[in-house]
Amino acid sequence: MIEVRDLKKQLGANLILDGVNFRIEKGESVVIIGRSGGGKSVLLKHLIGLLQPDSGAVLIAGTDISRLNERQLLPVRRRFGMLFQGAALFDSMTVAENVGFALVREKKWTAAEVAKKVAAALEVVELPGTEGKRPSELSGGMRKRVGLARAIVYEPEIVLYDEPTTGLDPVVSDSIDRLILRVRDHLKVTSVVVTHDMRSARRVGQRILMLHNKRIYATGTPDEIFSSTDPVVHRFVNGISDPQETQFLK
Amino acid sequence: MTTHPKRWIADWMEGLGELTLLTLEAVRSLLTFKVSWRDFIYQLYFIGVKSQTVVLITGAFTGMVLAAQTYFQFHKVKMDTATLAVVGVSMCSELGPVLTGLMVAGRVGAAMAAELGTMRVTEQIDALRTLATHPVDYLVVPRLLALIIALPLLTAEAVALGVGAGYFVGIWLLEIDPVYSWMNMLRYTGDVDLGIGLIKAVIFGGFIAIIGCYKGMNCGEGAEGVGRATTEAVVYASITILISDFFLTLLLSRLLHIL
Repeated sequence: MIEVRDLKKQLGANLILDGVNFRIEKGESVVIIGRSGGGKSVLLKHLIGLLQPDSGAVLIAGTDISRLNERQLLPVRRRFGMLFQGAALFDSMTVAENVGFALVREKKWTAAEVAKKVAAALEVVELPGTEGKRPSELSGGMRKRVGLARAIVYEPEIVLYDEPTTGLDPVVSDSIDRLILRVRDHLKVTSVVVTHDMRSARRVGQRILMLHNKRIYATGTPDEIFSSTDPVVHRFVNGISDPQETQFLK
Repeated sequence: MTTHPKRWIADWMEGLGELTLLTLEAVRSLLTFKVSWRDFIYQLYFIGVKSQTVVLITGAFTGMVLAAQTYFQFHKVKMDTATLAVVGVSMCSELGPVLTGLMVAGRVGAAMAAELGTMRVTEQIDALRTLATHPVDYLVVPRLLALIIALPLLTAEAVALGVGAGYFVGIWLLEIDPVYSWMNMLRYTGDVDLGIGLIKAVIFGGFIAIIGCYKGMNCGEGAEGVGRATTEAVVYASITILISDFFLTLLLSRLLHIL
């Protein structure tokens, strides 16, 4: 479904990604972990064509999207939904207008049908009856839920999550994790979650990719990653800042 | 030290290239009717209706001061009744479109850059793109279309009020002969002058929209980036209006007088 081949990306003077390779199968739920500023979000944005690589390829269902222009990317992006780190809700619109945005733009549905689909999507994210609210009236967790409703309302094949639990308290983070699982199971979507929240990574991922030193450093099931004896992986998943603490593993 | 000017020129050329590509993309989108009409109507209201006060005050006081200054000079050579002719020609072909353009660049160009800049730093533009919406179709084209329609209308208003205010100052305050003044004004102010002014307004409207949208969509990170984009949008749009005005005057005068 998604294949990344030898992806390299430099932003300004900084080399962010240097030869990233991985493959995600249809229906899979993959979590990409790595340190803050390590290029996880940059990598995620390449998957939907928001950024273009300096070299390498990003294949979506066999089509290399890395050299498509903005207009050619539009049909490819209809296969995707994306939840942004800050939700990125349109602040000039209500919740209903945000969630129904893609449907209205497609002009395939009547206003009543759009309203019905919006209500259903808000039901999935456990925010029924909030259609008339403005994004400024919502809490951080609610904004993320609305962002998720907007991403899934048109039933995409792939949903990308950029730091879905960052900045949320543990209880709200847990509810977002449950939503990600629910969306995966109900809509049978391929999920790619970028996070440095290890609890979340363990819960929502069927497979974990660890980005380190600008490349995919480790890959495995959550159990494999969390029980890894590799010092780099061990330090990261256990949140150890002092390298001396992992010396015993060698 | 030696790379500095080269870098500056390279950045400038790159910016010019991106502006050209944005303009071409906007024109292509406009021609294929990929416009968000609801947003277009809102922009037309925001630009046209909400700019009334500032444009009308600018037009009126420009006409008044122009009439007074022209009279003070012409009176010395006994050409009092040519005062309104100067006011008419100046307002129609130069001061009307240029001052209206500058005022709208300050009000609307800044607002566009700030709004789109904020959308960029909060990832709302990226969100648009993920929702299979081209930012040029949704954000740029409604603003461009609204400005190239609204600015000539605002200019026409400013010109009418400026000439009217100039007439008031000349006839009522400075006591110039109304009949000869009126006749001279009609004699020397031609359709061509008004045509030049309105064509300039359409072009200035395009400049304000493209520069405002470009600066907003390409602004730097954070509040500082948005602030800088807003300032640059106003400064660049104003400079572009003033420089292009000179060349447009030469070009349009030739073209319209030949036609």
